[in-house]
Formats: sequence, C-alpha cells, structure tokens
Amino acid sequence: MDNFIVLDNLRKSFGNIVAVNGISMTVNKGDILGFIGPNGSGKSTTMKMATGFLTPDMGTSHICGVSMNKNPKEAKKLIGYLPEGAPAYGEMTTIGFLNFIADVRRLSGKEREVKIDKAIDRAQIKYVLNQQIDTLSKGFKRRVGLCQAIMHEPKVLILDEPTDGLDPNQKHHVRQLITEISRDTAVIVSTHILEEVDAVCSGVLLINKGNVVLNGSASDLRAKLANHNAVNIKLKPENLESAKRLLLTLSSISKIEVHEETQHNVNLKVLPKENMIIITDVAKVIADNKLPINDISVDQVRLDDAFRKLTTNDIGILNE
Amino acid sequence: MNNIVIIAKREAKAYFSTPLAYIFISIFCGLTAAFTFYLGAFIERGQADLAPFFESHPWLLVLLVPSISMRLWAEERKTGSIELLMTLPITSLEAVIGKFIAAWLMIAVALALTFPIWITINILGNPDNGVVISSYLGSWLLAGQFLAIGSALSAMTKNQVIAFVVSTAACFVFVMSGLETVTHALEGWLPSYILLAVDTMSSLDYFEEFTKGIIDARAIVFYITTIVFWLFINVVVINLKKAK
Repeated sequence: MDNFIVLDNLRKSFGNIVAVNGISMTVNKGDILGFIGPNGSGKSTTMKMATGFLTPDMGTSHICGVSMNKNPKEAKKLIGYLPEGAPAYGEMTTIGFLNFIADVRRLSGKEREVKIDKAIDRAQIKYVLNQQIDTLSKGFKRRVGLCQAIMHEPKVLILDEPTDGLDPNQKHHVRQLITEISRDTAVIVSTHILEEVDAVCSGVLLINKGNVVLNGSASDLRAKLANHNAVNIKLKPENLESAKRLLLTLSSISKIEVHEETQHNVNLKVLPKENMIIITDVAKVIADNKLPINDISVDQVRLDDAFRKLTTNDIGILNE
Repeated sequence: MNNIVIIAKREAKAYFSTPLAYIFISIFCGLTAAFTFYLGAFIERGQADLAPFFESHPWLLVLLVPSISMRLWAEERKTGSIELLMTLPITSLEAVIGKFIAAWLMIAVALALTFPIWITINILGNPDNGVVISSYLGSWLLAGQFLAIGSALSAMTKNQVIAFVVSTAACFVFVMSGLETVTHALEGWLPSYILLAVDTMSSLDYFEEFTKGIIDARAIVFYITTIVFWLFINVVVINLKKAK
C-alpha cells in the first residue's frame, strides 16, 4: 500500500470561524505535495490535524494506514514534522536538542550515531552543533528543525514552510534535500513561494478559506487562468479588421481582445477555448493569408497570477 | 528509556543549564536561613529542634514554587515548542508527569541543600532526627502540591506572569484555609459542612502534623490525591488548549 498520507474530510472551527472546511488529500510514497494557499487559508491548521497536534471536529487522518484518532502514538512515530516557525527548545545546544529527539525516537547504539550524523550532514548544521539554539540565525534554526524532522527517516514528512527565512542558496539546498528524501517518503510541503511548487512538487493542492480550490499539478493550476496559452499579436491598425475576421473563423478560440491601440500599432490578444493550444492554428491563418504582423507570442502565465486569481475570488471562479 | 524519564531528563538539564536552578536554590536556602535565625529566633530559643526553620516553609513555598511552575507550560505555549512536543510520539500524560517530576526533584535538591542547619542542630544539641526527617518529607509533599497546582494553571495561559500570580494566589488559599482566623471569619457565612471541607482541605494542617513528627497516612493520601487531581486537570487543559 503506497497511500502513505490519507486525510479525509477534515474540518476544524475555532469559535465561529471555520478554519478548515472539509479538506481531503492522498499523498503516495514518492510524491511531494505542494500545499499552497494565502495566509490564514487553513494550511497550518490542516497540517496540525494531520500530525495529531489538533483534534479535528470531523474527518480522519491516516498515516500509512494507522489512524491518528485511534492510535496517535503509533501514527506519530511514522511522521517527521517541521512545525511553522521551527520551534525548538532555545536554551539547549543544537546537539543536545538532537539527542533529546533521538531519545524520543528510540534510536540507540550504532544506528543512533549513524542516523544523527546523516541528518546533521543533510541539514548542513555541523558548525553550530555546540551553539545554543536561541543564538542561531533564522536560517540555521529552520535547518535544525528540518534535521529533527528527518532524523528517524520517517515514512511521512510534513514540512510547514521549510524554506521560510533561508537565503537563495539554502533554499536550493533544502529543495534538493526534499527531492532526495522523497524517493521512499510521502512529503507535504506548505509554502507560499510558488517557484517552489515548480521546483520540487509532483502535485499541488491549493486551498482558500478552508476549502480546496484545486487539486492537481502545477500545469493544471496554470490552466485555470483564462489567458493561459493566449496568443498576442502586434500589427498595424489598417490590418486589424482583416485579422479579426480571419481569426474568428477558427473554432478553437473564444474571443479576441484589442489592447493598446496607437497610431502605428495594435496589440491583439487571442484567447483560447478551454485552455486549448492555439498558436499553431493562429500562425497557420496568418501565414496562409500572408497577414503582415510585427510580433507574435504566447502568454506565459505565471503561477503567481493563477494563485491570485483563484484565491481572490470567494469561490475561486475559474475561466470567465 | 521511558518517555517520562526522557522528558524529565530534558527538563532537569534545562534547569541546570540556565541560571534558574542555581538562583532558585540560593534564594531558597538564603531565605530559609534568614527566617530561621531572625524571625524564628533559632539561637535565642535555646532548643535543639528545627521548628523555626520548618515554620517558614509553607510561606516561602507559596512564593517560590510558582516561580518554577509558571514556566512549565506557559513557556512551551509561548514559544510554540508545545507543537513539537505534542507531535512527537509522547502522550500529554507522559509530558505532564515528566515535567512535574523534574521540577519536584529540583525542589528536593533545594531542600537537601539546607542540610547545614541540620548539622548545626546536631552539633549544638540532641534533636529528634525522626521529626526532622518527617518535616522534610512534609515540606517536599507540600511543595509537590503547590507545583501540581502551578503546573495546571501554567497550562491555561501563555503569559508566565499571569501563571505566577494566579498560582501564588491559589497556593495561598490552600495554606490560609486552615488558619483559625479564616475559619472563624467564615463561620456564620457558610454552612458547617462547607466550613469543614474548607478546613480539611488545608495544606497547612497536614504539614503541621509532619513537623510534629507524625507521618499520618491521611496526610500522605491528602497530598498525593491533590497532586494527582491537579496533574489530571493539567492534562485536560493541555488537550483542550494546546493550540490556542
């Protein structure tokens, strides 16, 4: 069975506020799920329920088939968790803290030494082992938290904003590390850095106001924008009408918008139907009719735009 | 190694790797000595016993134990480390007991380090050492009760100052409820059975039995049950409030 993380219809309210309103997800061995959404959308609350810190009002969390409700201690053994802000015991030294975690994780003998060393090496915290955690920089604190989470080589790794506060080199390294670990692990990474989703994640779950807005891949997320794969054409004003007439004969386009009309130039945006790829059709029409144009390009939708679009509408309206 | 032992070990290390334990122990030993010699007229009494020394204990513990217990859970909640702790394969009960034991042992160390006064009294005369031992036991149990109360109250807030003030007040009530001035003042206001209940809940009365050299099963049961009761409250509060 490779369904390492199965969350089913999790709900949680705080007073009158519904923080999580029925979120389900399945993450398999080898998968890295990018868990995204605006601040306050319920990401952390969901992760807290998945890891057994919070008891859901409804719904269940299963880790490798073990129920978090019925058998929390066994389920927690299978998880490595980096909570938001990477909390630790500030008065301890890094190595003291890691030893405490190793005690709790029941690591002993040769295995203990090997696993601690490996985790230290992977998190690159060798030089701060004898430093008090309170005196560490934000980036090092985060990496100590990461080291703690991966030490016992858990089957399930849940990371709440693991790259927050890291510099670009460290971010790159942490992403590499996550990819490396994910071979035998199911990973959930929450983030609001969308480049991370492109860089490491095999799937995306976007939530807003406690509801799932999208569950798919990064390209599915891009496809949710109406102007995904739209074609921009720059031409002279005198050719505008004939261009419009010719393009409207294509069945794959939904509409044509005219932008930035000046004396010498007009920008046309040709929008596709249902995310169809239309550049070939459009280019063919232009070539066949020898339509003089100055420029042609395909809109590259940025994940940020898709994210904004899906999370600023109340119900995440998709294509208009 | 058991989870309770792992938690207790970590907590004990935290006490002794920060100035906390050293300051607590020094102040405790210093204040008990000051109370004994100045207020208790230890030398002037001319008696070879430690009564003036132990008389001061309930009042000192009312102030000093909450200074230990206030951080037990309020700090975990403030720094967020409670989220780490409670997502490790450790139950709330194990964490509560582990933390309690570490703090209680630290107080035991503080009590043990008042040994010079015991040596002094043995040099000056022939005290009843049985009474001394039972008094120490009484003092430690009383401290345990205050600690359990303080630990439960500490779990209710993120603010250590609030935890301290409320715990001190609560412990104070438990000590005061046995004083005659208090029970007399309540007479006529409360039905006699409640008055009796208030009187029997007094930590001070049971403590005084220990200082007379009487190790009464009822007294031990009283302290143990109140400790268990408050630690149970502590577990319930943590499960309810850990994330708020």
